[in-house]
Amino acid sequence: MRESDVPQEGNRTLDGHRKTVFARGADGRLKAVASAGWEVEEIVTRQAVEDLERLADDARRRVLAGQTSPLEYHMHRLRMDVPLLAQVTGLWQWRIRRHFRPAVFARLSPALLARYGEAMGLTVAALQRVDA
Amino acid sequence: MSFEHRHASHCESGVVANMLRHHGLDLSEPMAFGLSSALSFAYLPIIRINGLPLVAYRMPPRFILKGIQQPLGLKMRFETFRTPDSGERRLDELLAAGRVVGLQTSVFWLPYMPPDLRFHFNAHNVLAYGRDGDDYLLSDPVAEETVRCAAADLARARFARGALAPKGLLYYPLGTPREPAWESVLPKAMRKTTRIMLDTPLPIIGVRGIRRLAAAVGRLDASRDAARSKLFIGQVVRMQEEIGTGGGGFRFIYAAFLQECAARLNRPVFDELADRLIDIGDEWREFALATARMIRDRDPLEPPRLAGLLNALAEREKSFFGDLRRALR
Repeated sequence: MRESDVPQEGNRTLDGHRKTVFARGADGRLKAVASAGWEVEEIVTRQAVEDLERLADDARRRVLAGQTSPLEYHMHRLRMDVPLLAQVTGLWQWRIRRHFRPAVFARLSPALLARYGEAMGLTVAALQRVDA
Repeated sequence: MSFEHRHASHCESGVVANMLRHHGLDLSEPMAFGLSSALSFAYLPIIRINGLPLVAYRMPPRFILKGIQQPLGLKMRFETFRTPDSGERRLDELLAAGRVVGLQTSVFWLPYMPPDLRFHFNAHNVLAYGRDGDDYLLSDPVAEETVRCAAADLARARFARGALAPKGLLYYPLGTPREPAWESVLPKAMRKTTRIMLDTPLPIIGVRGIRRLAAAVGRLDASRDAARSKLFIGQVVRMQEEIGTGGGGFRFIYAAFLQECAARLNRPVFDELADRLIDIGDEWREFALATARMIRDRDPLEPPRLAGLLNALAEREKSFFGDLRRALR
């Protein structure tokens, strides 16, 4: 890549930040050049983020329809999945899935709620709620 | 404390270069990367990130930190902690003693990161060089300027759990780094990279890993489960371009290292090899572009075509690392 080919397309996933890439200067030597972003990166990053947002939106709708618990919504909103949530809480995956059932979630002990809250960086009140 | 922050391409090589320069050894980022033989390729279908296999274009986290010790005759001290409190106390102690301290963190919990890049990746490296009230002063090598981070946020990032959990890891060099004997350490480091790329017995590492990935991409279903297939190929490119500035990026960093080798050893052959590796890096970027166009439906989704590009890359990297090996004889 030549210095003049370093992408400066402005990638909105970088949020105004620039990254450094190594590119060939006029003398043929590679050097660090700041890049405002490449559309290709924006496409693949947005693809991943949009997929996570879709999961969160879908869960939010099901919470409002009484089909799942706010726990599932917050898990997706925080870009986690069940294996990761199991790792950060130290709970079994099947237990977490069981807590997705609204009736089970409503009866969770304060200690378990606090454990989820701690691992997800949420207060218990925030964990029990979804934004309508 | 006076500390000079330099913007880097990759977090770990950037932290090492900035840290060593602070201790009086002016090492470039590509030199830190090449000297620790960090270039690689790995396709790890067993390790899943959000259900998709891990693809890496470099050696695993901490490889640079560990690999830089021997060539520089330097000892890095690594410390992990059971509790965030003890981790914070130790960090404060080291900062008060005037040290710069490397930290392993989770990108997700660092508030200064762009929101779209905050994934649960636990092996992001930053340097702490001071504390001002409740804020730590950080040099994040992939940020243009130094940043501030509240103590509570940094504690969360340092003690994130999950894969590659940092457990509060902090590190700093013991003693003063000295200029190495370039004639012996550089060929040794390059030889190690050729071994990783060409001789690893596992079929998922090095050139064979690229072929294995090509086969997996070629098997993707373009009609029935197009969305899933697109997530798979998108992940391959995201690992290449984003997570610590990836495949094309790492090939360019290594090419810069080869140019430094040519100058230090007075061997123009490494300049020629650097030119070839730059071309290979450009070809990785073409693969990324072709993939992104398919994801956005600007081109029809054709996994076999992408597999063909990957196989061509495997072929070129194989002949490149073979020639690098011959140049080292």
